This record gives sequence, C-alpha cells and structure tokens, in this order.
Amino acid sequence: MKVSIVENILKANDRIAEQNRNFFKSKGVLTINVMSGPGTGKTSLIEKTINDMSDNINIAVIEGDIQTTYDADRIAKTGAQVVQINTGGACHLDANMISQSLNQIDLDCVDLLIIENVGNLVCPAEFKLGEDFNIALLSITEGDDKPFKYPLIFNVSHLLLINKIDLLPYIDCDIKKIKDGALRINSDLEVLEISCKTGEGLDKWYDWLLKKLENFKKPKK
Amino acid sequence: MHEISLIESIIDIVLSEMSKNNITKVSSISLKIGKMLQVMEETLRFGFEIMSQNTPLEGAEIIIENTPVIGRCKNCGNEFQIDDWFDSCPNCHQMCVEIISGKEMEIISFEGY
Repeated sequence: MKVSIVENILKANDRIAEQNRNFFKSKGVLTINVMSGPGTGKTSLIEKTINDMSDNINIAVIEGDIQTTYDADRIAKTGAQVVQINTGGACHLDANMISQSLNQIDLDCVDLLIIENVGNLVCPAEFKLGEDFNIALLSITEGDDKPFKYPLIFNVSHLLLINKIDLLPYIDCDIKKIKDGALRINSDLEVLEISCKTGEGLDKWYDWLLKKLENFKKPKK
Repeated sequence: MHEISLIESIIDIVLSEMSKNNITKVSSISLKIGKMLQVMEETLRFGFEIMSQNTPLEGAEIIIENTPVIGRCKNCGNEFQIDDWFDSCPNCHQMCVEIISGKEMEIISFEGY
C-alpha cells in the first residue's frame, strides 16, 4: 500500500519557530538571531549594544553555548535579563530550546530580544528559531574567503557585521572580497563594518536596530 | 545539513502516518530533497539503516529524488537552473539571484503493508 504524505521533514522545528515568533509579536518584542563562528565577537557586540542603548530600549538576551554560563554571566553584568541555554553537545540552537527557555524571561517590558546562537558558521543557519532578523557576524581575522566557503549563513541573513576592523593594519584581509562574496550569495544583504573594541561603526549598527524597531513598534521607554 | 535530525523526523512522521493507515511494516520511503541543502545521501542512508533498527521501518528502501536549484534574476526576471551558489544570470550576467526552489526537504510517500 502506498501512502502519500508530502510533508516538510523539518516541520516540527518550523512549527515551534512559528509559535515562538507569534509569541514574540504578541508581546511586541523584535527578535534577532546573531550567528557567527566562535570568537568572532557576538557577546562583545551584545554587551556594547546593551550598554550604549539602555537609555533608549529594553533588551533581553538568550545565550546559546555547548557548555558554561560564561556568556550569560557577562551579559548579566550589564543588568539586562539573560538566560543561558547549554546544548550539551548540539552545535546550534533550535526552536524547541528557545521555547523551553521563555519561562525564564519576562518579555512584558522588553523591546528587543537578542538570541546569541552557538558559535558555528554552519549549522545555526539551518534552524529557524522564531526570529525577525538574522544577523551574521564575521571578523577580519577569520579570512576573507569565508562567504565562499560557508555560503548558507550569508544567504539566510539580513545583515552582515564585519568586526575587528581595528586590526586591519595588522591582518591580510581584503574587506572588499568579503563584501563581494557575501553580496553575490545574497544581493539583499546589508553590510556594516564595526569594531566592538574601539566602537567604530557601531553607530550605524544602532541606527539599523532603531530603524527596525521603529518599523516594528514604538519603544516601551 | 544534520542528517541524524532529518532521520529522526522522517521516522517520527512515517510512524505517525503508519498508525493512521493500519500499516505495520514499511518497505520504502520516497523523499524529495533540494540540491541547495547539500544533504549527504550516503550519510542519510547509513544513518537511517542504524536508527531504524528494531522499528517497523527497518530494512525500508530510501528513494531520493534530488530537485534542482532554480533561481530567478531580480534584475531581468529570468529563471534558470543554478549549479553553484555563485552563478550569475545567464541572460543579463547580474549577481542578484533569488532562489525559488531547491531548498525542499519532504517525505513524498511511503509504501508498506
């Protein structure tokens, strides 16, 4: 007997991601999923963003790592709400992990939820979490060939932040090659160059966030 | 692509559908997988062989239809098959392609008794 199904194999994750997204919308919370390889500067970016924007918007964070609460501990020092997900071995967050963590955060007074995904240039791109925007982070120390070698993460992202530009005098990196490669994979991708260390370029990142928030809703502060 | 996660989902979906159709043993499962996802077929088949042991899906043949990646040029509207992430439009040679198919991962059907 032949049974026709025609069903999306990833439907379970996608269904929970959609539930997450609807929940965030009902709370008036804009959600971004920040993805990069390990050590690119995701946590530093989030620290700086919270510290620089705390007068304007309320930010909460979901941290994803295989082990430890190091990143959540750093975020906690900013005063922002944060919950740490330890995957124990999974190399990416998935929608169910996000869903399970939501009872640890009060989103009623939150404008922006930042999800810091597990440090990995491959797998996070494959799993929707319920986000409104995907942010890819790449540092100039990782090599200018990364868009060519890891295309999917650039294809699914809305914004690429090229970090550690303060090190350009010391690194053989062709930023134009990074941009050209990323834009060839995704012509709608916006690209900004930043340094979490010096603060260079972060104003444009904050402008990008505020514009997205403005389009989404008015800040609660 | 996470072949093990896919296999778990495939097994869950088929087990659910089996019970609805009074099927107790699966002989084959047909999948449609878009080439953009770069699923490793050998890994998928090997993983399925292991994970389906001692289930009603053990021994089932996995039939895979790979669907091509089709892009649409955002500049001129031309639709064409893509073989590489970095293919430009063969009509206007611009690099602003929107992928319109080739990312599917579906169970199409299964056979059993």
